[in-house]
Amino acid sequence: MEERLSAVLEPFKGKNNALIPILQAVQEELGFLPEDAMMAVAKTTGIPESQVYGVATFYAQFYFSRRGKNQTKVCSGTACHVKGAARVLDAFERELGLSCGSTSEDYEHSLENVACVGSCALAPVVVINEEVHGQVETSKLDKILATYKE
Amino acid sequence: MLRINSPSEMVEMREYCQAAFARQKIRFLVCAGTGCIAGGSLEVYEELKRIIGERGIDVGVELLFEGKESDAGVARSGCHGFCQMGPLLRVEPQGTFYTKVKASDVPEIVTATFDENTVVERLLFKTPDGSHAATEHDVPFYNRQQRIVLGGCGTIDPEDIRNYFAVDGYKALAHILGNLSQEEVIDIVTKSGLRGRGGAGFPAGRKWLGCLQAEATPKYIVCNGDEGDPGAFMDRSVLEGNPQAVIEGMAIAGYSVGAQYGYIYVRAEYPLAVVRLQKAIAQAKEYGVLGKNIMGTDFDFELEIFQGAGAFVCGESTALTLSIEGNRGMPRVAPRPRTTEVGLFDKPTILNNVKTFAYVTDIINKGADWFKSIGTESSSGTAVFALTGNIINSGLIEVPMGTNLREIIYDIGGGIPKGHKFKAVQTGGPSGGCLPASMLDLPVDYDSLDEAGTIMGSGGMVIMDEHACMVDVARYFLQFTEEESCGQCVPCRLGTKQILEILIDISKGKGKKEDLELLEELSHSVHGGSVCGLGQTAANPVLTTLRYFKEEFEAHILEKRCPAGVCKELISFKIDEERCKGCTLCARACPVDAISGEKKEVHVIDQALCIQCGVCRDKCPKKFSAVDCVSPKIPVTPKEKMEVS
Repeated sequence: MEERLSAVLEPFKGKNNALIPILQAVQEELGFLPEDAMMAVAKTTGIPESQVYGVATFYAQFYFSRRGKNQTKVCSGTACHVKGAARVLDAFERELGLSCGSTSEDYEHSLENVACVGSCALAPVVVINEEVHGQVETSKLDKILATYKE
Repeated sequence: MLRINSPSEMVEMREYCQAAFARQKIRFLVCAGTGCIAGGSLEVYEELKRIIGERGIDVGVELLFEGKESDAGVARSGCHGFCQMGPLLRVEPQGTFYTKVKASDVPEIVTATFDENTVVERLLFKTPDGSHAATEHDVPFYNRQQRIVLGGCGTIDPEDIRNYFAVDGYKALAHILGNLSQEEVIDIVTKSGLRGRGGAGFPAGRKWLGCLQAEATPKYIVCNGDEGDPGAFMDRSVLEGNPQAVIEGMAIAGYSVGAQYGYIYVRAEYPLAVVRLQKAIAQAKEYGVLGKNIMGTDFDFELEIFQGAGAFVCGESTALTLSIEGNRGMPRVAPRPRTTEVGLFDKPTILNNVKTFAYVTDIINKGADWFKSIGTESSSGTAVFALTGNIINSGLIEVPMGTNLREIIYDIGGGIPKGHKFKAVQTGGPSGGCLPASMLDLPVDYDSLDEAGTIMGSGGMVIMDEHACMVDVARYFLQFTEEESCGQCVPCRLGTKQILEILIDISKGKGKKEDLELLEELSHSVHGGSVCGLGQTAANPVLTTLRYFKEEFEAHILEKRCPAGVCKELISFKIDEERCKGCTLCARACPVDAISGEKKEVHVIDQALCIQCGVCRDKCPKKFSAVDCVSPKIPVTPKEKMEVS
């Protein structure tokens, strides 16, 4: 793991306050933060393991288990909530057969809800792999998901 | 390209860029804000370039600097604000404003523009009186606004600094570097009455002066773009649509307090803003308006982007600086020195919101009196809101402070869609509150909103109609703050949890009469026992909903009824026998097979199986509208006889 991460950690050498950018870069590389990666970060930076873990778990951006190839994020910001985000989430749960916050066994899909993606005028909004889908109708989820299924 | 070597050279650069603009006889501005991109605006952009090019018209994507004439220019701009009608396209110099443009509309637009000298009427915005609005000025959504911070968004290409130069960009920085002392700059900001746009409204001039007077060095300028409020996207649009204005504002702040280094803290959820900022910083350095020896003077100012990792509490100043330092974002315990004295890396720091910095250039260019003349006595300038929820015209708006809610919601927002009734307006996000119809004449400024029990916040404004349940809204916000509480203050960590549990009970019909008093008591404890703004304001959504919508809480508790038909445990869906035409759509869509009935037979929902997902109501054709939501719940009666045990 340390070898695999050495290229990722290289640009941060000598920076003593870069723990969050480092964790972001590691997650970018690995898709999530496995325990041995956090240990490796601690070892290379000299920051205690407890602090690396403490910081990583504080922020919503970091994941600690492998996620699916297609990541569906149902926005639950206020505007989306008022426009029925809860029902959109229910519908995705049924359509994907996944509970919110979980990943399918074949690692094809992950489903989660997020605080606000800032596309409120298009509420309710769903983001799948960085692509924003606005004014989502629960009766048309199969159409949206079709493009992400092989 | 030329590096600007002295403040006076800025004038030449500006004229040079303006001339390049003038060389484009017709200019197509495609909105490339996040909302319009989601609607396919980039395809419109590509198609415009292709079709215009195919017709042999000389098309310039970049501005021309070789003195060559060009027939048409195509550019991507920042957010125009009217996201709901996107993708948006503006044709200059006529200002023709097209809405909901698809790539397939492009040939028609090109033909109308070049061959017929007309407009494509069907793509113009239709005003409520049925006429077509030719330009933005004819659209009610725009013509009551006064756009200062949003002024550059939608008119310039945010990825090309020369666009910004052409609209007086870096004029303010050049002016102060050449003519003004640090104190004089701060004096202008103070006199303008500019208050922090992050929500709390602290006077910017006073903050800057505090930092100037602090003795320790180095000093830092931090821009707070951690727009965590759900339902808000003003900062995102400014960062995406006019990043140079924020950079220039920060550089001016840097000069005025003697700081050489700045950070822009941006949410990781805003990838486009990060990309545009990166480009903007690189270009600004290339032209010598950022970095070492800015415009040939001895003023240095370096800027770095820090991507937030997702924690609402990091919008709080001390949590934000701790986060940049690589720690958990837990606000420092009071009493503590001001951030202007002990901030980032324990050094004097100015921390302002994105919009606060973005106002500064105009204030320097047009003067403190100009800014002071807009808005109210205590809140000068404009307010930017993300107008969303159950509203006809949803998008980003900017109005003078003191504009009343009715004007914003009805004149600009166009009112409530589908003939529904206005119920509440929520401002300030999780720290704010909900105001009822009786408060619609309230002027929007820091102090009036504060008195009404809510806050200005950074600018989220969510409109709710009669289908929004106020218990559910309070529960929604408390769930948010309970999750986002950093946990160091016990009243916040546990208090929000207790309030949330009571609200969940009420929404399930398990509330008790005395819960309302308990909610208030808990709210005051959380307010009084928390160190930062998150905890101190966490109960605002509860207190305002209790203050203005008490009868709704009582309906849930006493009658087990959710008047808005939202709280699942208190509602049932029912198919009306008269209106059902037996089309079977609902039965086929029901995820739990709770609906029975053959073709042309009245369908029936089995209440014992129903999960209240509402899919049947969505599926039922509008002309029948046979599915009703009723509250209180229809009691479930056992189907078969049961023996007494």
